[in-house]
Amino acid sequence: MKVIVQEQPFDPYRETRRYEEQHLPPGKHGAVVTFVGTMRDFNDGHEVSRMFLEYYPGMTERHIEAVCLEAMEKWDVMDVLVLHRHGELRVGEPIVLVAVWSAHRAHAFDACRYVINYLKERAPFWKCESTPEGMRWVEHNTADPGVNSEGLKRRSA
Amino acid sequence: MNIKVRYFASMRDRMGRAEETVTVDREGITVEELWRRVAGGQEMPPNLLIAVNMEYTDASRQLKSGDEVAFFPPVTGG
Repeated sequence: MKVIVQEQPFDPYRETRRYEEQHLPPGKHGAVVTFVGTMRDFNDGHEVSRMFLEYYPGMTERHIEAVCLEAMEKWDVMDVLVLHRHGELRVGEPIVLVAVWSAHRAHAFDACRYVINYLKERAPFWKCESTPEGMRWVEHNTADPGVNSEGLKRRSA
Repeated sequence: MNIKVRYFASMRDRMGRAEETVTVDREGITVEELWRRVAGGQEMPPNLLIAVNMEYTDASRQLKSGDEVAFFPPVTGG
């Protein structure tokens, strides 16, 4: 498992492949599920041109690692990689990568969703957006419609 | 005893500082008492999040010398 919070832009697909080549024995996993969160040019009805992402060095990594370990206990997962940006971001750039390797797809899908949803809920990051009206702190994340942190299965009726 | 207090994001803007060291004369002061002291008696905002030594906690948590307390708004990563 690896968790990195970095200022430099990254290519999530290249990083997934590189990690796999370095850490996963060939032929043992049957599924890789990746989630890539990217920066939109709109949020909450505002045009957004740039964004600054603040974090709490130490606490942020610790909480992402805890979420990854929980996912690895709940599902049959071989490895997890999380990369997350901080600092200045531009429209279209990847903000976060969650990659999960497993023998079978169901575990990889569920674990990936768990990691990104609980990361959004617990990891201390704060988005500050540059809009035509000036800089504004984002007060809450957009909900994944109809889905709680555990996924669709536990959606209330 | 000394307690390090940190503020993030909109809470830093509101407090006008990123961090400070607060000296209190007794062990066991709660986070809520600390807040009242640093915020000049203002009530805690209802959505305020609190961490002590980088773990989430609540306002009734008692503090000891050397603790790092952080106050911040709801998180918006990912």
